[in-house]
Amino acid sequence: MTLATGKVGVICCSGEDLPEGTISRVATRLVLEKLRPEETVTLCLPLFLAGGEDERAFARVFPTIAVDGCSKKCAEAGTRRFSGKPVATIVVSEVMKKYPKLKAKSREKLNSEEMGLAMRVAEEIAEKVDEVLCKTNK
Amino acid sequence: MENRKVVVVPCSGIGKSLGTVGRVATYKVVERMRPEKTRTVCLALLTMGDNDALKLVRENPCIAVDGCPAQCSRKNIEASMGKLVHGIIVTEVLRKNRSLKPEGIIELNDQGDKLAEIIAKDLSKKADEILRKEK
Repeated sequence: MTLATGKVGVICCSGEDLPEGTISRVATRLVLEKLRPEETVTLCLPLFLAGGEDERAFARVFPTIAVDGCSKKCAEAGTRRFSGKPVATIVVSEVMKKYPKLKAKSREKLNSEEMGLAMRVAEEIAEKVDEVLCKTNK
Repeated sequence: MENRKVVVVPCSGIGKSLGTVGRVATYKVVERMRPEKTRTVCLALLTMGDNDALKLVRENPCIAVDGCPAQCSRKNIEASMGKLVHGIIVTEVLRKNRSLKPEGIIELNDQGDKLAEIIAKDLSKKADEILRKEK
């Protein structure tokens, strides 16, 4: 059961080994800090395993959107396994196909082009947040 | 032994700037300071039990780099039966460097970067020591 909290949980993979993982992380923070600060919360994905019942209840308290860097979809699978099924998943490598000129190469500090890509991903997350809240508020 | 690398595994800490400090410190080591001796792995992939990630942490010495006392990296390496040989917690390093005030998650401020540099140097020395002992 999902409680009506008026907030959406955004869980990203943070994939440390891939530039797309950094994009997933930065995009998530852009949503939390700039695009939908009042409507979103997050949790470190590995905390589902390392944490206690409070952390594992996250997806039962909040509808969640998984943000994955690659097709392995660790954020979606991890959220589902340890907490609850996400209502939507956004995959950075899929979003990148829509913007073939935008490349992800850096894992540490994103350049302006990569920040542009992160913002495109963040906008897709924000759209999903609006859709989810629209449905839960009906 | 020749191809063994130390696997530096930062936590995915996304709620606090100290998670980013650990992540940036890791990249300083694996990309610039010790690229031939170290590498990293996606912690989420390890958490999900990916076979390649499990093999990597079980066959190579690992260092956990955790942002906070929840120690998600350490606990996930241990739960994966990885070869954990060392761990650092950013909050403890910060306690010894109280003049530094790290801020920013999307991008660290200069003081956060300085803290990451201190940690990265320590991790690099530790990686040298671990590989030296394994010879």
